[in-house]
Amino acid sequence: MSIVVKDLSYVYSQGTPYAQTALENVGIEIREGEYLAVVGKTGSGKSTFIQHLNALIKLQSGEIRVFDIDLTAKKPDLRRLRGTVGMVMQYPEYQLFDETVEKDVAFGPKNLALPEEEIRARVKEAIELVGLKYDEVKDRSPFELSGGQKRRVAIAGVIAMKPRVLVLDEPTAGLDPLGKREILALIRRLKETTSPTVVIVSHDMEAVAEHCDRMAVFSGGKILKVAPPREVFYDEALMREAEMDAPSVVKVAKALISRGVSFHNLPVKKEELVKELVERRGR
Amino acid sequence: MNNIVFGQYYPSSSIVHRLDARVKLLLAIAYIITIFFVEDYVVYAGMFLFVLAVALIARIPLKILFRTVRTIVVLILITAVINLFFTKGETLWWSWKFIKIYREGVERAIKLALRLILLMLFPSLLTLTTTPMELTDAIESLLSPLKLIKVPVHAIALIMSIALRMIPILVEETNKIMLAQKARGASFDTGGALKKAKAMIPVLVPLFVGAFRRADELALAMDARCYSSVQKRTKYKVMKLHLRDAVAAVVCLAVFSVAFLNKYLFPFDEMILSLFA
Repeated sequence: MSIVVKDLSYVYSQGTPYAQTALENVGIEIREGEYLAVVGKTGSGKSTFIQHLNALIKLQSGEIRVFDIDLTAKKPDLRRLRGTVGMVMQYPEYQLFDETVEKDVAFGPKNLALPEEEIRARVKEAIELVGLKYDEVKDRSPFELSGGQKRRVAIAGVIAMKPRVLVLDEPTAGLDPLGKREILALIRRLKETTSPTVVIVSHDMEAVAEHCDRMAVFSGGKILKVAPPREVFYDEALMREAEMDAPSVVKVAKALISRGVSFHNLPVKKEELVKELVERRGR
Repeated sequence: MNNIVFGQYYPSSSIVHRLDARVKLLLAIAYIITIFFVEDYVVYAGMFLFVLAVALIARIPLKILFRTVRTIVVLILITAVINLFFTKGETLWWSWKFIKIYREGVERAIKLALRLILLMLFPSLLTLTTTPMELTDAIESLLSPLKLIKVPVHAIALIMSIALRMIPILVEETNKIMLAQKARGASFDTGGALKKAKAMIPVLVPLFVGAFRRADELALAMDARCYSSVQKRTKYKVMKLHLRDAVAAVVCLAVFSVAFLNKYLFPFDEMILSLFA
């Protein structure tokens, strides 16, 4: 287990008229090496939940363990935690600040107090990993890059800390279809190279169906279900309660089922649907 | 970041909240003028009770009201200390080398501190019970006579309301950026003053860039909808005076005049104090 969360509850503005329960008795175990999607409609507690994983929010009640770091401890080792769990926030390009791309990406590793050469090597590696040419961009101002490039630089800034768990909050928000596909491919690549465990918050069910191993479905500050996409998208009651929209593959499959077609394995990915249909024709 | 209380609305449906913002604003100004003329402890106490009564009617928890005073504690202390040491008087109470403290100095320090606290309380009630939008509308309405001498009152009010509207957005943005930089290992509360100031650069740069981006976007959006401050504009919410506004004005002005008259006509406080003597 990489991250274990037990009985996590959180109330915003506790003790004021604005008090609002964001999380209620949330429990989940995030496995090492899995690609987990955190889904749910706006205000269901997703963002609050993932911010806890990095101790960006102070624990009110409940328990969190990240590998061997216990966040219930009085003074958890935050520096080590932040080097372990890399957090890419929503619209990460808005947090770029330094004069050059190189310096900006180096911000995280520098805060980890790594030796100079190590930082330089990591920065170079991270910039190349996100698909930019190190020699071309390293001395440019991050503010003169294009939107997509900025987002890549911001992600590189997190990758350079070499986190074992990569958490991304809506990494494809505001991108065009091509940009979305590129970022999703980038996340895949990062999962295979630097950060084997990935947690992604997403509204994009197509992407979730295509990439994720499991889904954690949030609604009203609670986790309704943690299961592989196949068990979530075909669970009608759950989908209705969480007010989620199924990806198009699932919609097509459901329409076919209602017309009497039966499947060996319920499909959630495009290839699975195609394979099932081709097999039927062969018979 | 969450303790910017001055200018933070405390929602409720009390009668004080529903009063016309213009009346509340004018009464707050009258209150401030009154406080500047008051110099007696008993009247200070009276004004304090009056403020408490208004807070009670407005259903504002006293804890929240007094939190506003906390923001000027340093100012109060500095003023009090300066007055304590630099006021020359007749009765010397204490001296050490060149430092001399007179009875008059002590009295003045206490009075100034009380005055500053009182000065903070009532205007805080105004901002706690009135939304920033209502306030700017009130200011625009009260300044409208200046239109006759070609003062761009509407533009000023618009700038004010946009600025007010932007404060919570920028606070939220600051929080977001701070979280993002914290996630990258930044820490904002360790080290000396210089180190702390330096640690703010990764927050301030994106904040400024974001503020300019927002301003550009807002200007474009307003242009796209043919906004112009030159034409005569109508209001969605027209401000109207009610009976309750008149009652509030009469009650407040009565209290303020007593505080005033006390000084010039008949000194109550001496009468009251003499009862205990």
